[in-house]
Amino acid sequence: MGEIVLEQVTKSFGDVTVIPPLDLTIEDGEFTVFVGPSGCGKSTLLRLIAGLEDVTSGAIRIDGRESSTIPPAKRGLAMVFQSYALYPHMTVRKNIAFPLRMSKMSKAEQDKRVEQAASVLNLTDYLDRRPGQLSGGQRQRVAIGRAIVREPAAFLFDEPLSNLDAALRVGMRLEISELHNRLKTTMIYVTHDQVEAMTMADKIVVLRSGHIEQVGSPLELYRNPRNLFVAGFIGSPKMNLIEGAEAARHNARTIGIRPEHITVSAEEGQWSGLVGVAEHLGSDTFFHVHDTGLAETITVRADGEVSFKHGDRIYLTPRTEFMHRFDEQGLRLP
Amino acid sequence: MARAVTSQRKAINTAVAWTIGLAIFFPILWTFLTSFKTEAQAIADPPVWFFFDWTLDNYRVVQERSNYTRFLWNSIYIAGGSTLLGMIIAIPAAWSMAFVPSNQTKNILLWMLSTKMLPAVGVLYPIYLIFIQLGLLDSRFGLTIVIMLINLPIMVWMLYTYFKEIPGEILEAARMDGAGLREEILFVLTPMAIPGIASTVLLNIILAWNEAFWTLNLTASRAAPLTAFIASYSSPEGLFYAKLSAASTMAIAPILILGWFSQKQLVRGLTFGAVK
Repeated sequence: MGEIVLEQVTKSFGDVTVIPPLDLTIEDGEFTVFVGPSGCGKSTLLRLIAGLEDVTSGAIRIDGRESSTIPPAKRGLAMVFQSYALYPHMTVRKNIAFPLRMSKMSKAEQDKRVEQAASVLNLTDYLDRRPGQLSGGQRQRVAIGRAIVREPAAFLFDEPLSNLDAALRVGMRLEISELHNRLKTTMIYVTHDQVEAMTMADKIVVLRSGHIEQVGSPLELYRNPRNLFVAGFIGSPKMNLIEGAEAARHNARTIGIRPEHITVSAEEGQWSGLVGVAEHLGSDTFFHVHDTGLAETITVRADGEVSFKHGDRIYLTPRTEFMHRFDEQGLRLP
Repeated sequence: MARAVTSQRKAINTAVAWTIGLAIFFPILWTFLTSFKTEAQAIADPPVWFFFDWTLDNYRVVQERSNYTRFLWNSIYIAGGSTLLGMIIAIPAAWSMAFVPSNQTKNILLWMLSTKMLPAVGVLYPIYLIFIQLGLLDSRFGLTIVIMLINLPIMVWMLYTYFKEIPGEILEAARMDGAGLREEILFVLTPMAIPGIASTVLLNIILAWNEAFWTLNLTASRAAPLTAFIASYSSPEGLFYAKLSAASTMAIAPILILGWFSQKQLVRGLTFGAVK
């Protein structure tokens, strides 16, 4: 069980309000990702749930129990830190067993659980090493092992992959997702990387300056961003946002069209421009098109085989059924 | 890029380092040599180096004239006691300043250090009067307290810099793992800080062992440690260099041996922070 409910939670540091009143429900077993630019309050929110920071006002209920004044040790949550935060003076075995030792579990049971976690995380051969003798990926797995052995009500991840290199990050992303599928435990995951958010989450919470901009499944956010901020934040490369006459033609202040919803042609189309940078990924090619008279750059995705070069004139046609329209306040128009 | 060091350069560096090392060590070596000479040889001009009649007479005389063991025990009592007492106060103090700092933490640290800038003799009179009033003159207990207080700022500073090096996230991880404050300090903080605690302890034992100003002023005979033992051989009328040297050698030997065995810790403690 691990339902977490935030009710009118606020956090201030002195005169600075980091989290204005905020309500959020995280269902039991859900993989929820807090995403937003740096300084949006996502880590603070996680630390409030963990109990590492005290709420200024409001209530945090974990499994129905008001927990905002309970010390972190008693909340039944486990956390994985960005810096791994392993105990450098203990072996991997002792690191993983530490939470069990704190809960006064019998030695036999401790050993059993540590062995189990180690085999799940491919750490069996490293149990007697110290953290200093492990690679970054292995350290992160030890940190996860330390979190799973105690079977917490929920896992909290604070940007756990940002210290890893790109290839390792993709691998660990899959491992964490698989872990969630197997354990079915509530997970809250903080990241500034929208790709991590899109690929892992059941539910994404987009935050900006402590406010929740939108909550929804990855595809809901992708298809129906509630406002310009979410539209620009979710999706890679970013959605093209166009203002002015072209937007007015669609009865909107701003229109948005994703790079993958524009078709490219050498002969004809609704818009035209010159190819700036062409990024060939093999499977896809992204063209950054200039001089369209719409916006400084329009990014389009084309098939990997399309080979326009720098300076070529190309024609673009947006697929209007995928066009997003926003009003003066930046809110989505129906 | 690593700098290329020629073998000639290396040889020069080695020679310079040895020269400086020997120059620093020379007074101790000379004291040691002198302690085996006769009083006449000790003041001979030109000085005799190694070829004299090695004798243990000085040690015998010193042992006969004064009770070395009693001074030694006083030194151990005062150095050990003041360090132990100081650590009991300094560890929680440094912990709170490193991990739960307030706006005033930096000021408090500076203020503590500022007490070291005051010449000790400036407070001799008031402390002497207090000692008379409390009946602490010539007591080991009183001396232990004073020396602990003298060294406390250094202990707090050293421990503070060590504790600051421990990432806060590790302590937070311990809290998340179910550790209370006691377990956090016992199982996570202390083991990680042991090198720092060890070098703080060592340095303070040495400082307390060699402290002479307060020990000479606040003791007469009962509580006198080895510093007073040395001082008793530098009598104004007498030229007892050899015996003085023997007494000095006996006084510094224990601490020199301790320092020798723990030099790795000490060097790390003294240079800590300098290379970061």
